[in-house]
Amino acid sequence: MDKSNVKGFLEFVYDFYRSMKAHEITLVYEGEITHQITKAFTSLTESNMAKESEANSVQKKVFHVMVECLQNISKHADSFGSDDFLFAGRGIFMVSKGKNDYHVTTGNVIENDKIEELTEMLDHINSLDKEGLKDLYKNQMKEGRLSEKGGAGLGFIDIARKTSQKLDYHFLPIDEGSSFFLLTSSISRIA
Amino acid sequence: MEVIKIKGTDDTPTVILDKESGIFEISGRSLPEDVTTFYEPILNWLDEYQEEANAKTVFSFKLVYFNTASSKLILDILMKLEEMHENGKEVLIKWFFPEDDEDMEEAGEEYADIVDVPFEQVSYTL
Repeated sequence: MDKSNVKGFLEFVYDFYRSMKAHEITLVYEGEITHQITKAFTSLTESNMAKESEANSVQKKVFHVMVECLQNISKHADSFGSDDFLFAGRGIFMVSKGKNDYHVTTGNVIENDKIEELTEMLDHINSLDKEGLKDLYKNQMKEGRLSEKGGAGLGFIDIARKTSQKLDYHFLPIDEGSSFFLLTSSISRIA
Repeated sequence: MEVIKIKGTDDTPTVILDKESGIFEISGRSLPEDVTTFYEPILNWLDEYQEEANAKTVFSFKLVYFNTASSKLILDILMKLEEMHENGKEVLIKWFFPEDDEDMEEAGEEYADIVDVPFEQVSYTL
């Protein structure tokens, strides 16, 4: 980088910092989501919440949602064919903390032909009430099989149950084969 | 029979399976990197134990956290215990939960609904 580029870059860093502050983002990461990363992020957030004397039940919910979101990416983010691992298990992960809620947001690339199935599943979860979600979870535990990567198809149901809110998701087109899948979950800070 | 003793970590539970002393317990946190690999020896041990089970088996779960992938494997363990119960052995599941942890209490209730085996909920103070 020459001098003017360095200046531009550092200004970008400052803007980035300010927009993180403005959106109350306490953690942001882009890259491969491994088990080590999951452990590091959850323990970091746990100790921050403990320091801020967040209610126990809130801490537990945030922990639950973080783990399931991170594992969703590590197990499902697509790799596109056999030799392109650019997107495998990668994504963006963000935790923000507002006055009343925590937000856990994930984004990852998925193949377009999986959108329909995913949408169907998410909408089905969103159509259910507390009892319905409970039954679905129980059924899925009984009938579902662990995928090769250890996914049990339970993560989204668990997030909906723990947050008592609808799953907020969105697909943004990248190109004709793929899209960016975003999911954001809110956990109320009022215990 | 061989004794299984696994010391817990921040992502794997403590496991004690000891036929001689009659201790069967899983406690702590469960979010292993690979749930299948972690729980396989436990399930295999139970298959073997089933062949020559004690007259009475009290199996304790004292978990503070488990992820959804683990929840499936916990059900697999419970189903093995249910099978033992069906085969005429006396089996009791003790599900411990911190008294202020409704989610863990509810998880126990859900398992009790799914499997047909004597199931006792026990609350404790941390």
